Amino acid sequence: MLVEVFVTPKRGVLDPQGRAIEQSLKSLGFRQARGVRVGKYILLEIEAGSAAEARRTAQAMCERLLANTVIEDYRLRVEGE
Amino acid sequence: MAEIPLGLGGDPDVTPELARDHGLVADEYRLIERWLGRRPTFTELGVFSVMWSEHCSYKSSRRHLRMLPSRGAGVATAPGENAGAVAIGDGYLAVFKLESHNHPSYVEPYQGAATGVGGIIRDVLAMGARPVASLNSLRFGVLDDPRMAYLVRGVVGGIGGYGNCVGVPTVGGEVGFDPAYNKNILVNAFCLGLAREGELASAAARVVDAPVIYAGSATGRDGIHGASLLASAEFGAGSESKRPTVQVGDPFAEKLLIEACLEALQTGAVAALQDMGAAGLASSSSEMAGRAGFGVELDLDRVPLREPGLSPYEIVLSESQERMLLVAYPGRESEVLAVFEKWDVSACVVGRITREARWRTRLAGGLVADIPVRALTTDAPSYERPVKPPAAAGAQSPRPKGAQLTSAQPAAAEQPASTRCELTQFAAGSLEPAQPLSRREVSAPLASRRRRPAPTEALRAMLDSPNIASKRWVYRQYDYLVQSNTVLGPGSDAALLRVKGTKRGLALAVDSNPRACALDPYLGAIATVCEAARNVACVGARPLGITDCLNYGNPERPEIMWQFVRGVEGIRDAALALGIPVVSGNVSFYNETEGQAIPPTPTVAIVGGLDDVGKRVSSFFKSPDDVIAFVKSGTLSLAASEYEALFGLGEEHGNGLKLAQIDPELQKTLLEALTQAADRGLLSSAHDVSSGGLATALAEGCFGCEKLLGAEVTIPEFDGLGPERSLFAEGTSLVVLSYAAARRDEVGQIFAHRGLKLEAIGQVSGVPRLKIGSLIDEDCRALLAIYERALPRRLGEGD
Amino acid sequence: MRWGVVTFPGSLDDRDVLYALREVMGQDAVSLWHKDERLYGAECVVLPGGFSYGDYLRCGALARFAPIMNSVARLAAEGGVVLGICNGFQVLCEARLLPGALTRNRSLSFICERVTLRVENASTPLTRLLSPGELIRLPIKHGEGLYVAPEQELRRIEERGQVLLRYVDADGGLSAQANPNGSMNAIAAVANESFNVFGLMPHPEHAVEACLGGTHGLKLFGSLLQGA
Repeated sequence: MLVEVFVTPKRGVLDPQGRAIEQSLKSLGFRQARGVRVGKYILLEIEAGSAAEARRTAQAMCERLLANTVIEDYRLRVEGE
Repeated sequence: MAEIPLGLGGDPDVTPELARDHGLVADEYRLIERWLGRRPTFTELGVFSVMWSEHCSYKSSRRHLRMLPSRGAGVATAPGENAGAVAIGDGYLAVFKLESHNHPSYVEPYQGAATGVGGIIRDVLAMGARPVASLNSLRFGVLDDPRMAYLVRGVVGGIGGYGNCVGVPTVGGEVGFDPAYNKNILVNAFCLGLAREGELASAAARVVDAPVIYAGSATGRDGIHGASLLASAEFGAGSESKRPTVQVGDPFAEKLLIEACLEALQTGAVAALQDMGAAGLASSSSEMAGRAGFGVELDLDRVPLREPGLSPYEIVLSESQERMLLVAYPGRESEVLAVFEKWDVSACVVGRITREARWRTRLAGGLVADIPVRALTTDAPSYERPVKPPAAAGAQSPRPKGAQLTSAQPAAAEQPASTRCELTQFAAGSLEPAQPLSRREVSAPLASRRRRPAPTEALRAMLDSPNIASKRWVYRQYDYLVQSNTVLGPGSDAALLRVKGTKRGLALAVDSNPRACALDPYLGAIATVCEAARNVACVGARPLGITDCLNYGNPERPEIMWQFVRGVEGIRDAALALGIPVVSGNVSFYNETEGQAIPPTPTVAIVGGLDDVGKRVSSFFKSPDDVIAFVKSGTLSLAASEYEALFGLGEEHGNGLKLAQIDPELQKTLLEALTQAADRGLLSSAHDVSSGGLATALAEGCFGCEKLLGAEVTIPEFDGLGPERSLFAEGTSLVVLSYAAARRDEVGQIFAHRGLKLEAIGQVSGVPRLKIGSLIDEDCRALLAIYERALPRRLGEGD
Repeated sequence: MRWGVVTFPGSLDDRDVLYALREVMGQDAVSLWHKDERLYGAECVVLPGGFSYGDYLRCGALARFAPIMNSVARLAAEGGVVLGICNGFQVLCEARLLPGALTRNRSLSFICERVTLRVENASTPLTRLLSPGELIRLPIKHGEGLYVAPEQELRRIEERGQVLLRYVDADGGLSAQANPNGSMNAIAAVANESFNVFGLMPHPEHAVEACLGGTHGLKLFGSLLQGA
């Protein structure tokens, strides 16, 4: 089952990359840009009987390894959900 | 010969046209058919094309490189090894090499520079040495162009990204900017390794039937033909589209490879070791077998692949990074494989060494290539390219006096026999007096400010010039501390490492001087060698060995070939006069874009030895009231100076484009005097005067301590230049020293004894002000601010 | 006291810590291998700098699952001393043995330079040879050293005195300029609540010999020895 994991810095946590990109966008004339956050996108396949099972497994992966929940949030998209 | 290699189903037909597309000229293709007695398979054609490329075969340069003096006391390697080695005492060898990664870095700066660092580290590792330090020489275009700023950020980021993660400190280097490199930057990477005497690894597979082991990352499609196509042809508008051939580096994989290879060597089961660099498996396996006069048979089914379905052509030519080829003693391969397993580095046997000197590869049991090893290695084509000085006749630039030149000729006993006959081959074309190039090819002044600036204004402009300004923005991104050996790091005349377990130090300097080489490729090359040697001597070390990276344009153009030959002659004459062997090197041709060649840029790195690292001398003033003096060993001029680049030359300046003269013999005397003064502990500081002249050197001397110092000196007048120009004149002959007043006589005697005059011009002051006669009176804090802000202002704060 | 220095794949300063302890300080120090669970009697374990597992995913994220980390966590729980330097600090945060996390430098680039640090708490096993407010010079070299913690947590660690060192200017003052990586509250080193697990971004092992640029690192290693 195809699972997509989006990891982003928690709101309020300093994101120097996001800030730099926002500044660059503004200097390019995209004054509309705000709230730029830079995160990670992880694509993986999980062997599971159902989408719900795949989600549970992916959640456990995020809690243990894929995200550092002290500073990062994560969001999942599971195939077939 | 029952079995004939067969092409595979999907292979294109091999035709002379296809060969031409592979960069092989018609004669070369005919030669291939003659070697094989048949038409080559597609895989064979690919292998010939890379092995016979300029990059792998040195076909234009080979015959000229033989004139370099590669032997000497302490040299532990023969030419042709992966890197050179010299003895440094206490049973240790310094193993080092300098190599270019210009084209890949222009196409993709981060990965190009990163893989350049990775490649040179593996060359040193292949000698069985632990890589202990990196340097690099970078030449960029002008920073006003956003694309150039992007290249600088990318190259510096890549060097740091790779070096920092692989655990080899980047302890120094040089960075220069000139419009002549706007479309062709130079990235030359140097690595130093340390080995015990008698423990050097060999790159020659001298054992028949020995298993060939592939270790490291799996093979992918990256970098196929990187060597042959990128580094062996000019750049054109389409170069951007060559991006897919650029390799991606994985420094983490390299770190594990280093540890695993060094540990594998300790087992005693490894007979030979070689990096899989340019032209990958094809070149590494054929060279290892070729050095021993043997052959090799590879089973391509066993090569670890990153993706399925690679053709034999792709497998043998892939330039995937972080791979080494090892040859184990028969029956001992499991010992080697166990070490790689411990480090989680994949390794497996992929072939064996054969008595018959042929390079054979099989896929699914079928033969896909069968080539005499000689045809790929020692007997690859070599060209005697036409050599012609540039047409523009004009003022002749000076050469060293006749007596100096003859004294610099190779002593027959020191030279391999081949050198002497080689000398006569190109003598006719190359010993013509050097001619200056047209001004167009020399860097155009950065600004067309022809007005003669006030000295203070000139000094401020110098310190603000990216060529002279502090390179902290660059080296702050490099880990120069890891391995705990760095006594003097970036920002010194030469970097200095201590050798653990001994009292010894190793000094490292890398230099190039393209402006001088553009004026006179011969004198410029001499100046480059002398400058690197002087930098090493300024910290108190005795030069032990040279490695060079010769960056030039298209060798098929006789004028470029002339520059190249003159450059090699200059290095030869300087090396002989100074008594320093050239133990390794690299040639980078085709540094041209749209027909515009870079100025000739031979880059020279020198490794020097210091018996007692405690006797080192750094370049900054140390104590108020110390005497400031200079020692001069040649003429100075404004030609090829930063002053000329910034302000041009006044019409009344009769010296024109003449390069300052150099007397290599006198240079040698200077080196000896410097090292002796250091050894006796007489010096507080020693600083080589280079870009920006005496005024700049004095300012830099004040910047070093945590508490800023000042200097108060009178104005010396050099070579009829007048006081103002003397402050900024350059030449390869001036060193600024400081020492305690009580040492005045002792220091003076060391120089006087050798016919060198030490001239005291003032003293260090505790007040941070630089006073030079009545011409300059500036607050050092203001000068330092200019010096430190110049690069961040142009490249981004980094904060 | 016996020291243990862990080597993860990609550790770089492990040899430098061993050199500082053995050759400079004459200590008994063993090298510990990441795949091994044994500590060989080490009472103080150092997690060194480097790029463990290539620092892929996040710095220190993969190293925390190495077999040796089970023993390190056990040692910490039993009150043994654990010191994480640079990448080791990152590993300890990922393993939740220390509060907070380390993210990319404000400048987004790697920074290698000597910095001035102010001692904030001098009554811990790592800092007892120093005095409060004392300034020391140590090198930093990292790309991800910006210390962050959720606000409440940050307040708690400040109140409990878990902040040991702060980046300051030459006169000991706080300023944005003196904070090289943009760390919250200019934090350079922290301890856990029971003051037996320590993490610092600066490298004390690169400040143990005068000829290599200073000896202030000796005071930190020496402090740990005094308690033993």
